[in-house]
Amino acid sequence: MINIALPKGRLGEKVYAMFAEAGYECPALLEPSRKLIFENPEAGVRYFWVKPSDVAIYVERGAADIGVAGKDILLEYEPDVFELLDLNLGKCRMAVATKRDFYDDGQRTLRVATKFTNIAARYYASKCREIDIIKLNGSIEIAPILGLSDVIVDIVETGKTLVENDLEVKETILPISARLICNKASFRFKTAEIEKITSYMKAQVEAHD
Amino acid sequence: MNTTYLKPEERAVFALRSLYRGYGYLPFKMSKFEEYDLYVRNKDFLVSDRIITFTDVGGKLLALKPDVTLSIIKNGEDRPGEKQKVCYNENVYRVSGSTHQFKEILQTGLECIGDLDSYDVCEVVTLAAASLATVSENYALDISHMGILSAMLDEITADTNMRREIARCISEKNTHDLGRICAEAGVSETDTAALRDFVSIYGDMDTVLTRLAPLARRYEAVSVAISELTALRDHLKATPYGSRVRFDFSIMNDMSYYNGVVFCGYLDGICECVLSGGQYNKLMKRMGRRSGAIGFALYLDLLEGLPHTAPAYDVDMLVLYDETVPVSAVTAKVEALRNQGKTVSAQRSIPEKLRYAALCDLRKEETR
Repeated sequence: MINIALPKGRLGEKVYAMFAEAGYECPALLEPSRKLIFENPEAGVRYFWVKPSDVAIYVERGAADIGVAGKDILLEYEPDVFELLDLNLGKCRMAVATKRDFYDDGQRTLRVATKFTNIAARYYASKCREIDIIKLNGSIEIAPILGLSDVIVDIVETGKTLVENDLEVKETILPISARLICNKASFRFKTAEIEKITSYMKAQVEAHD
Repeated sequence: MNTTYLKPEERAVFALRSLYRGYGYLPFKMSKFEEYDLYVRNKDFLVSDRIITFTDVGGKLLALKPDVTLSIIKNGEDRPGEKQKVCYNENVYRVSGSTHQFKEILQTGLECIGDLDSYDVCEVVTLAAASLATVSENYALDISHMGILSAMLDEITADTNMRREIARCISEKNTHDLGRICAEAGVSETDTAALRDFVSIYGDMDTVLTRLAPLARRYEAVSVAISELTALRDHLKATPYGSRVRFDFSIMNDMSYYNGVVFCGYLDGICECVLSGGQYNKLMKRMGRRSGAIGFALYLDLLEGLPHTAPAYDVDMLVLYDETVPVSAVTAKVEALRNQGKTVSAQRSIPEKLRYAALCDLRKEETR
């Protein structure tokens, strides 16, 4: 039995469609209910819905053998897992954004508001730029508008929210997409099943490219 | 000794000490503290660079030891032609990867230090496999060789950051980011393809060695590592552990300390690596030693995670007595039950949280 952690929401539904296409169906999963765990013994899979930012924890701690997590979460928390496949879903980018008229003269500490403190710290450390990190949990875009920060480091998908708030992307840190991750110990003991799932998923990714 | 009531990690301590002593590894006892400076100079060698420090009475900065290997190296000396073989069972103090809090971790392991030859490498790797087999029937030992990736990277790039990024991708089996990083850095398509192939080479020892052959033709220095792995394969296949050993190059230790084989052990039911080791001649050199060294540690605290059947009862028999029952009668009853192999708890009343299989109430002189 392979335990699969799916991120709740639209991305999780898209990913489940890929698993189903690969032969690991579990129709009950899409029925409206409050159930969180779904099993298909014939297909040898058990799915569970978890908060997207928790998928990596479930996989790292072995509660799930495999799961799907955004590259942003993997970079932020650096879980000790295998990253087997780029699913090319949920594509966006991690970027530095700020008010259109902001100019960073490099003369003073840069105030950075973000949910992704590790990614921001590593990025600015690589540029030898001194920063003051302001950890926020949501509505990051308003930080520069209210003068709480100079810039924000956040995920940008279409950029629409930024435009509506008179902000713009200044630098792209890196591209983000959903990744198929795997617990390292599970990989040792369930190699054949995990390789089989990965290859079916890979075939679908390549077919869509 | 009756080991029925010992926990898996306690049983492992006894069994492994006996295993290691059988191969001439002598117990090494060390202090709980070391000078902080020892760890600062080699902080990349440590699993975590967060160390608990304090100032001793003389004003010297000390650390609760986060690692055993550095202390063993520091306390040894080079004797040409000789080998120091030690085993240990020690607590170390470091930040746990899973909880991100300081933790006391019980480690058992061994080190072989001196003029190493291929027999020593085979012996230590075999003892690593035997250690896992001692603890659980369902185990896996994955072996890699730092020499292969080092040889490839030496010909591909000298950029330290780039080398680190490539190594990270290989340790994650991450071919997609590996391809992107190589493309961005202008690595040739042939080298990129070789690195991507390298990620996908894992599995049984024979298959892996066959698949490594083309790499040896492209990167000359790889052949040295392959011949060492071949010797190890031949040795391990003649042991009872051969079928449980695989080669997997995602096993990665710091290239500035480790030079030869590195390995990780897994037990079914435990979500992380329980045994870690390798050959660390480069660390020896950095610490001013001429000898080579190889060793491993088994993290006993992780054995708590082994699947086990919890006993239905805390004791087999609860013996109840009161002031009317003579001490000699309680003693006689307890000893009689103990002699039948039962566990007994003598109490004046029934404890709220004690689970017992049967009750012997001496106050009423009847057994229920």
